[in-house]
Amino acid sequence: MSEYPVTPDEDEAEDLAPLTLPLDAWHQTQGGRMVEFAGYMMPVQYEGIMAEHLWTRENAGLFDVSHMGQLLVSGEGVEAALETALPIDLSTLKLGTVRYSLLLDDEGGILDDLMVARWPGGLYVVVNGATKWDDIGTLRELLPDDVTLNHLDDRALLALQGPKAFAALERHASGEYPLSALTFMKGGQFTLGGVDAWISRSGYTGEDGFEISIPADDVEAVAQLLCGEPEVKPIGLGARDSLRLEAGLPLYGHDLSPETSAVDADLKFAINKRRRTEGGFPGSDRVIRDFADGTARRRIGLTLEGRMAAREGAKVFNNDQEVGIVTSGGFSPSLQHPIAMAYVDAALVAEGTALTIEMRGKRLDAKVAAMPFVPHRYHR
Amino acid sequence: MTRYFSEDHEWIEVEGDLGTVGITDYAQGQLGDITFVELPAEGSTVGKGDSVSVVDSVKAASDVYTPVSGTVTEVNGALADTPELVNTEADTGGWLFRVTLSDAAELGGLMDEAAYKSYVESL
Repeated sequence: MSEYPVTPDEDEAEDLAPLTLPLDAWHQTQGGRMVEFAGYMMPVQYEGIMAEHLWTRENAGLFDVSHMGQLLVSGEGVEAALETALPIDLSTLKLGTVRYSLLLDDEGGILDDLMVARWPGGLYVVVNGATKWDDIGTLRELLPDDVTLNHLDDRALLALQGPKAFAALERHASGEYPLSALTFMKGGQFTLGGVDAWISRSGYTGEDGFEISIPADDVEAVAQLLCGEPEVKPIGLGARDSLRLEAGLPLYGHDLSPETSAVDADLKFAINKRRRTEGGFPGSDRVIRDFADGTARRRIGLTLEGRMAAREGAKVFNNDQEVGIVTSGGFSPSLQHPIAMAYVDAALVAEGTALTIEMRGKRLDAKVAAMPFVPHRYHR
Repeated sequence: MTRYFSEDHEWIEVEGDLGTVGITDYAQGQLGDITFVELPAEGSTVGKGDSVSVVDSVKAASDVYTPVSGTVTEVNGALADTPELVNTEADTGGWLFRVTLSDAAELGGLMDEAAYKSYVESL
């Protein structure tokens, strides 16, 4: 655990060679094809994206997400302080509960999406890898001096996702209460193969599953232990992306950015009820206005005819009129047809609305579809 | 029949003035699971180095460049329903299109199998 500041100079960070994760050697032993992502060398795939995707939907996949930022915010007055920084209602966040929230700029633009969990010693926050240094800087500015922000950079983070994740993890997890006590978005302290672990029932695939925070020094032993279970295979970033797209979950830097807001990103649930009326967080004026008036455009799902995928940046048309832009798109391994997320005019968001997408000079037929594209199977 | 290879990882098998074009096994391995192949129009005239086809994988879309100039005489219709043939049979059943060569001298700028093999090893 190291106390902030730990940020390398921003210019310096851009020039640095990609960093390696604690599991780097293990990924390579497993046959992972390593690529640079969010400043780290990470496995994009092992045996192949399609096979890994379908394995996760039917069995259980182990994802290394140690590039993400794990933070602990604590100290006198931390509740009120963190509420000035995030649109979250901490008065309703019970011990061992996890909640999705957003870091907003003063205009209500999205700087990051994140998870907040209540630990006995403070509030545990998990932010995206590519944005973590900026987030730490932003939060430090927003939080008063007597609140401490620790970057838990000596910890690794694994996700075990899929319908058989519980069965595989239960064999090795013990704690004050059984693993079965955790329902979706609940977490607790467990011992996993002798290692102290914070385990929450959460993830980014739409499946039942767990996120596991452990000391970096122990991550290789834990990964090895879990992949020794017959249900579990390591899964790369490629399938992580196709799984989250099918689950309708936005990806920061693609579907979310400072140019998007909570309401047009269709993330109203991330602005907790009390905060919508009381405000008092960055960008709250804009957020409250958007709740009242709506927004000009909205994030929606699209299903495409044929097999050609629409990709990020493709323009969306209603007849001849340009009405939006694709922010994520690809071929859905589970559905066997292309799907996409896009921002389109708010008048065109009704399910079934026929639109076209321009790809390489062709117009692809698409229909507005409800998200998730593949039903969530959370253990509630 | 002689098979030639390009630095862009296409192969072309030539018999007389007719060439059959595909992507190499190395290329399909790099692209991963192929989900869609966009093929040139039959009868279209293509110039060496033109992007004439696009191979879509779960991950991304990649251009395929024709290694020779000529006229497209036939495309592999099986790829419409089974684009994964490009993964499983890159060198054979996963061929993309056939072209009548307008300038056989262009073949001189391509590699033979041994040269391509050492080219891939150098990457």
